[in-house]
Amino acid sequence: MKMTAIEMLGFRTVSLVAHLGRIAAFIGSIGLHSVRPPWRFRRLVGEVFDVGVLSLAIVCLSGATVGAVLGLQGYTTLARFGAENSLGAVVGISLVRELGPVLTALLVTGRAGSAMAAEIASMLTTEQLDGLRMMSIDPVDFVVKPKALAMLIAMPMLNALFICFALFGGYLVGVQLLGVDGGTYVTSMEDAITWEDDVAGTLLKSVVFGALVGFIATYRGYTATPTSAGVSAATTGTVVVGSVTVLLFDYVITALWGV
Amino acid sequence: MRPGAATLAARTESKSNQVSSELRILLEDVHLSFGGRPVYSGFSCGFPRGKISVLMGGSGSGKSTLLRLVAGLVRPDQGRILVADEVVTELSESELYKVRERIGMLFQHGALLDSMTIFDNVALPLREHTELSERDIAAEVSRRLSAVGLPDTEQLMPRQLSGGMLRRAALARAIVSDPEIVLCDEPFSGLDPVNVRRIEKLLVELNRRLGITLLVTSHHIPSSLRMADQITFLVDGEAVSGSPAELQKSTDKRVREFLDAELDDHESPGVDA
Repeated sequence: MKMTAIEMLGFRTVSLVAHLGRIAAFIGSIGLHSVRPPWRFRRLVGEVFDVGVLSLAIVCLSGATVGAVLGLQGYTTLARFGAENSLGAVVGISLVRELGPVLTALLVTGRAGSAMAAEIASMLTTEQLDGLRMMSIDPVDFVVKPKALAMLIAMPMLNALFICFALFGGYLVGVQLLGVDGGTYVTSMEDAITWEDDVAGTLLKSVVFGALVGFIATYRGYTATPTSAGVSAATTGTVVVGSVTVLLFDYVITALWGV
Repeated sequence: MRPGAATLAARTESKSNQVSSELRILLEDVHLSFGGRPVYSGFSCGFPRGKISVLMGGSGSGKSTLLRLVAGLVRPDQGRILVADEVVTELSESELYKVRERIGMLFQHGALLDSMTIFDNVALPLREHTELSERDIAAEVSRRLSAVGLPDTEQLMPRQLSGGMLRRAALARAIVSDPEIVLCDEPFSGLDPVNVRRIEKLLVELNRRLGITLLVTSHHIPSSLRMADQITFLVDGEAVSGSPAELQKSTDKRVREFLDAELDDHESPGVDA
């Protein structure tokens, strides 16, 4: 039976509200399981290892590379105004306020977020989640919660590492390669970065991004169509939606709190 | 327990009460469709308490779906399902978890958690729902794995087992907490004749020794005839039930056709499920 335009509008609105309701229920369920036992520390530690430790190489290497590029570009630009001595401040502020949390979130979304979504979706496809339900174990509690929390915990730590390696990369290029004075580089950075605004801001962003990526990855996996194509769509969807959401929220946080 | 979760005894009339004491699982006027395609339209059927019931029928007849309905993994569009004296169709998901503590289920492909060893898989229900020490859990897991013929597989990962071994490990997990009802989806599929006998013997023993109600889907006619107290054929969305002896004498054309074709297959030399 063909629907009229009004019926179609109504159908889509109801579907959208139902979808939003499912999202809210999913977030609520993760939140509820997170504040009541069983705590599942061993599973959480395992997931933090998967998200954090296994992302170390890509985060550290990317951080050093981004810092090096930033040092090179920053030096070239600052040299036009005779302000090479401010290289440390430029590199530091760019990394701490913006590039660190955003690039770390994008990298982690691609590496760990996609893996998380694929794992949950294939557990759904192979009836492992139903198997848990039949053992009276809530899959949100046993599978989803540790993964989402691990993302929340690991993201700020990975962000800190990314920034450290990037600052080191910037130092290598600026000081060792281009001849900026090492003391000036570090001092200008130290003077420019404040704990209250910049460091607290980067922490806020990385926590928000960790929560978002953790939620998107687990939700996409948990609600995947139980087929091979469904697993693939969940993985791709996590990377696309996760990346765009991180960029959107980066703007929102910067606009609202100026960090 | 919320009002909707009342037991069968509290919710139905005396006649139904009498039925419930005999039937462990009851489906009443169940309607279910997937994507507009009806699977069940007004389907009703019952499975007796403390007996082995085998579900048979062609591929796509809805055998596995029936198990999932009984387990509460699929909700019917309409109708009532009673399992272990609970109206599962009226229970919330969290209330269903309580009922499922009394049910074990063997999935068609095992559904073992692939990130855990076989030991951890089988031990999981005990770790989650009992206060047993790790030592007692280890002993219990070892006993169950031996019973299904997998004594030296505890430290293996599921990916290191064959399909048949996986299913046997999954059966060990399904029965490790001594449930009142065990649902088995094709337990004999892909097993060699020795292991078919082994699993059959184990299921019969579980039923006779512990009084566990078993609902088994199977295409394996010889085993089904040997072990079943009741066989239910799903044909054209209807249930045709009877004892093995009754069904072997059945004149129903649809049942006859299925039984004869399957028996021919099993009697053919060199062919075994």
